[in-house]
Amino acid sequence: MIEARGLTKDYGDKRAVDGLDFTVKPGIVTGFLGPNGAGKSTTMRLILGLDRPTAGDVTVNGKHYRDHLAPLHEVGALLEARSVHTGRSAYNHLLSLAQTHGIPRRRVDELIELVGLQDVAKKRAGKFSLGMGQRLGIATALLGDPQTVMLDEPVNGLDPEGIQWIRNLLRGLAAEGRTVFVSSHLMSEMALTAEHLIVVGRGRLIADTSVDEFVRGASKNVVRVRSPQAVRLAELVAGPDVTVSPVENGLLEIHGLSAEQIGDFALEHRIVLHELTPQQASLEEAFMDLTREDVEFKAVVA
Amino acid sequence: MTTLALARTGRVTQARVARSEWTKLRSVRSTRWSLAVAVVFTIGIAALATAILRHHWATASLHDRSDFHPLELNMAGIQLAQLAIGVLGVLVITAEYSTGMIRASLTAVPKRLPVLWGKAAVYGLTTLVLMIPAAIVAFLVGQAILAGGNGIPHLSLGDPGVARAVVGAGLYLTLVGLFGLGLGSIVRNTAGGIATFAGIMFVLPPLMNVLPSSWNSAASPYLPLQAGESIMSITPGNHLAPWAGLGVLALYAVASLAVAAVLLVRRDT
Repeated sequence: MIEARGLTKDYGDKRAVDGLDFTVKPGIVTGFLGPNGAGKSTTMRLILGLDRPTAGDVTVNGKHYRDHLAPLHEVGALLEARSVHTGRSAYNHLLSLAQTHGIPRRRVDELIELVGLQDVAKKRAGKFSLGMGQRLGIATALLGDPQTVMLDEPVNGLDPEGIQWIRNLLRGLAAEGRTVFVSSHLMSEMALTAEHLIVVGRGRLIADTSVDEFVRGASKNVVRVRSPQAVRLAELVAGPDVTVSPVENGLLEIHGLSAEQIGDFALEHRIVLHELTPQQASLEEAFMDLTREDVEFKAVVA
Repeated sequence: MTTLALARTGRVTQARVARSEWTKLRSVRSTRWSLAVAVVFTIGIAALATAILRHHWATASLHDRSDFHPLELNMAGIQLAQLAIGVLGVLVITAEYSTGMIRASLTAVPKRLPVLWGKAAVYGLTTLVLMIPAAIVAFLVGQAILAGGNGIPHLSLGDPGVARAVVGAGLYLTLVGLFGLGLGSIVRNTAGGIATFAGIMFVLPPLMNVLPSSWNSAASPYLPLQAGESIMSITPGNHLAPWAGLGVLALYAVASLAVAAVLLVRRDT
């Protein structure tokens, strides 16, 4: 359980995180979604006490992270930025962290096997590929068998096999009843793994909702209509709350009316319909709609 | 996939963090290189310098002979060893910042200070255990070489102040290493840390010459290098008493670590 209340962080004049309130509940995968630069990584650093909030508060299992006597048993984290000495072997990296909690060597061996790094465990971590580095990061996160696992952009830069591996791992961790908090700037990735979503843009909370609700709420209410009498239909339905955009000859997209309303209207005016399809916004579109105003850097179209 | 359960092994303690820091120190190449350089230079330069002197003794001028001091020549290697030890002290902490390891370290130990104390204890003890014997071996080798010459003055560990000076060389190097660790921890950047360390130790002393000579001779003995080197001197000169001098160097090391500790707790990572 992670609880943020009014969490705020300034770096100089720039407000990276702006009054975030959210709760990450146990036993499910919660996606932390937002465009790049939205403050996701900063929020995670604040949760771990690596940075101090300018205002507000965040606790893990009821306490500030730094007040836990054995923090690696509470939260395991994979940060986006690499956090490994490049000159040290994966084995010694894990061992040094395990020793701070008196975690036995056996556990280090088990995790190296779990993430599939047996063959390179004694090699310097600086020589690792991105995928191997992520696996080492995951092993680090799971070292203390934590109840809460927090991963920042875990699939970034991974090959399809690595992505698949991370997805299965996240589902497995949630199935074991753990709290899983995973950030991404890719909506499609969240759709596959997360049940709940916390959406941020420019440091502010945009949505805190289930994935299903998120899509429903953001649906554009557009209906595709195909009719041989498309022109007449367009003239008749148009009104102050209804806009009609012709897609091609005989095909319209109608905003502002439900499919039922359009069907009834067509019957009333004896217009033949060949197609009547409500358009569900994709997750990606829903996300883009919500965060459009909150993207830090936008391409300017001349 | 199922992840493996782990029995809870309790809390983070200072002793456990020190153990972790020992694993970190012994598992990177820079440690082995720097410490090997320090030991090899301490002993090798002692042997080399005394052997060269012995070779030239017969033809040396009276002036050269009267300038010669068997202990100073013998300790020449310490000058290079202190650079290796100080730089490694800086690296022990700045390498964590440059690689990002510090985030993992402080996530495991979010109270932070045990990491700094662990590093200081482990690095200090390692230097001490390695460099006191190295200084003794260097002394015995160097004086044996001098003794093998024809009428060259030489010393034994039983001569007044000699044992203190030789063992003191190991203590001196340990404090130099801790001073480097403190500076590195304040600066958090390898190049900046090494520059600060080398600047204070090696550049500041000659710069003191721009001061009026009375100021210079009053202040210079209190600079870290000169103060610390008093412990290795058995001749009178413009330097502090041996233990007082070492104490001044210890104050520099303690002060740098104290500032580092305050900043470590306050700053974002």
